[in-house]
Amino acid sequence: MNVKQTTVRERRLGITYSSPMGIWLTVFFMVPLLIIIAYSFLTKGLYGGVEFPITFDAYLQMANPNFMRVLLRTVWVTTLATALTIALALPCGYAMARSKHQTLWLGMVIVPFWTNSLIRIYAWIAILSSEGFLNEMLKTLGFIKESLPLIYNQGAVTAVLIYMYIPFAILPLFTTIDKFDFGLLEAARDLGATKPQAIFKVLMPNIRSGIITSVIFTFIPIFGAYTVPLLVGGKDSYMIGNIIVDQVTKTRNWPLASAFSLIITLISTLGVLWMMTSTARERARIKQQPLKDREDTLGPSHNGLTSAGRVS
Amino acid sequence: MTTDVEKPPQRNGNHIKHKLIPSKLVSPPSGPQGPYRLPKNQHFRDHRRFGFSNIMLVLVILFLFAPLFVVITYSFNAAKGMRWTGLSLEWYKKLFFDSNELWRAFGNSIMIAFSSALVATMLGSLAAIGIKWYRFKARAYIQIASFLPMVLPEVIIGISMLIFFSAIKVQLGMFTIFAAHTTFNIPFVFLLVSARLDEFDFSIIEAARDLGATERQALFKVVIPSIMPGIVTSMLMSVTMSLEDFVITFFVSGPGSTTLPLYVYSMIRYGVSPVINSLSLVLILGIMILALTLRRFLKTIAASS
Repeated sequence: MNVKQTTVRERRLGITYSSPMGIWLTVFFMVPLLIIIAYSFLTKGLYGGVEFPITFDAYLQMANPNFMRVLLRTVWVTTLATALTIALALPCGYAMARSKHQTLWLGMVIVPFWTNSLIRIYAWIAILSSEGFLNEMLKTLGFIKESLPLIYNQGAVTAVLIYMYIPFAILPLFTTIDKFDFGLLEAARDLGATKPQAIFKVLMPNIRSGIITSVIFTFIPIFGAYTVPLLVGGKDSYMIGNIIVDQVTKTRNWPLASAFSLIITLISTLGVLWMMTSTARERARIKQQPLKDREDTLGPSHNGLTSAGRVS
Repeated sequence: MTTDVEKPPQRNGNHIKHKLIPSKLVSPPSGPQGPYRLPKNQHFRDHRRFGFSNIMLVLVILFLFAPLFVVITYSFNAAKGMRWTGLSLEWYKKLFFDSNELWRAFGNSIMIAFSSALVATMLGSLAAIGIKWYRFKARAYIQIASFLPMVLPEVIIGISMLIFFSAIKVQLGMFTIFAAHTTFNIPFVFLLVSARLDEFDFSIIEAARDLGATERQALFKVVIPSIMPGIVTSMLMSVTMSLEDFVITFFVSGPGSTTLPLYVYSMIRYGVSPVINSLSLVLILGIMILALTLRRFLKTIAASS
């Protein structure tokens, strides 16, 4: 059997194995995305739906100051919640990676993570609402007479968003820090670095890709959050996700909803590209190291996410 | 020679250290690495019990569990509200014997979860094998298409599918939910099985082929059995994610296809009943059993979620 034949055969096998999934994702994911792109350039139909002619109306409507206010608020809440989430998740990932009981801690993070998201939001409503757990507690203990307005405001939305998405940040951070060689920290300390210096100058640069991954995996879903602002937020904590859904279900302005969706899709894609290039750069840097060191830094199975996300 | 296929990077014996087995059980690798040494980082584990990071970890775990504990505790409350009046199993009685609609919704959820997990697992695993070992033109496209659904916000996926189904005039209902769930499950299966294949030694297939196995025999008798744990894990993950999903289901469901999360949503929106509290305990127990079953794979799952 000559080489050329083999190549053809292998190629055919690869396509045979992958095409069922490729076709499925094309039909149920890529085509819907393309439809959204097309719809964003069409006109709103009289009874919902879309009509010709092709316009940029939807994009002009987005400049509406009301939408702009919601967009700015969304960016602000998302940035704040993401920053706090990462700040909380970093020490957690580190502690888990250094622990002898990694599986136990992972289980403790994963159980709330897998619990139905509505149940978790409901739990917060039960705690924060005016006749909720906290208010009743404080009343019973005699600290307050009137219920505090703990829910249906911006603070509640931010807190619950952090609660919902912190596992998304902890898991990739844990995976990356677990591959870090803690001996390097000891070495830095031996060479006279203070503890914070060792953490910020040795650990942090080495887990850069993990930090970026967890930023992406918290920022993007929070940016598109819909349920949390709907259920624990007030009228003044609406986010862009709520606007999109209202455009589809209430106003039935599909072109506008499509335009908003397209913007979010583009932002998400850019974020993902940033993540991929930074991981690729890290891998390239590691490749330049002498062979023996590479073994230790790279480890046999990389973060599943980065290895599958790689476009080679 | 028989193949010019790119092999996955060959590893010498010390890859064993990354598997989830206690260090004591790791037998000395006989590779070119030479003498046996302790798994990396083993010396540095658990050295300071009350450091800053450990305290933060405990606090965050408490933060994660506190709301669940409150809900579970109040599921045993006799009264309806959050004022404690005494122990009672009333809400459990109501959950199990007087919530027909809830259980019908649960039945729908189970049906969709298992069917979509089955299809997603078959498509995703097969594609992971194809992408991992073979080079062909559409490879990059398939990789991107399988990665994007994981990162896009759920609202976008839900709305794009809603618009898609109404554009091609498909009646919303059980089928559309099934299609949507399969779509968002595929990327997770693909990632988990790919991670499993990373640890798989390609030379085993070459050996099987050299010994006369056909390509299909090699696939079904060598590859699939050895990545079975990854396949089962991803299938269970898919079932969980499908049972859990609210946002996407919300958009693609039609009359008569209420799933459990949709039902819970209507309970929260239109009159909270303490039955949610008792339901929470049942669901959390289910998740705990699942996490215990999968405890050996939690690390792989963490790396791909």
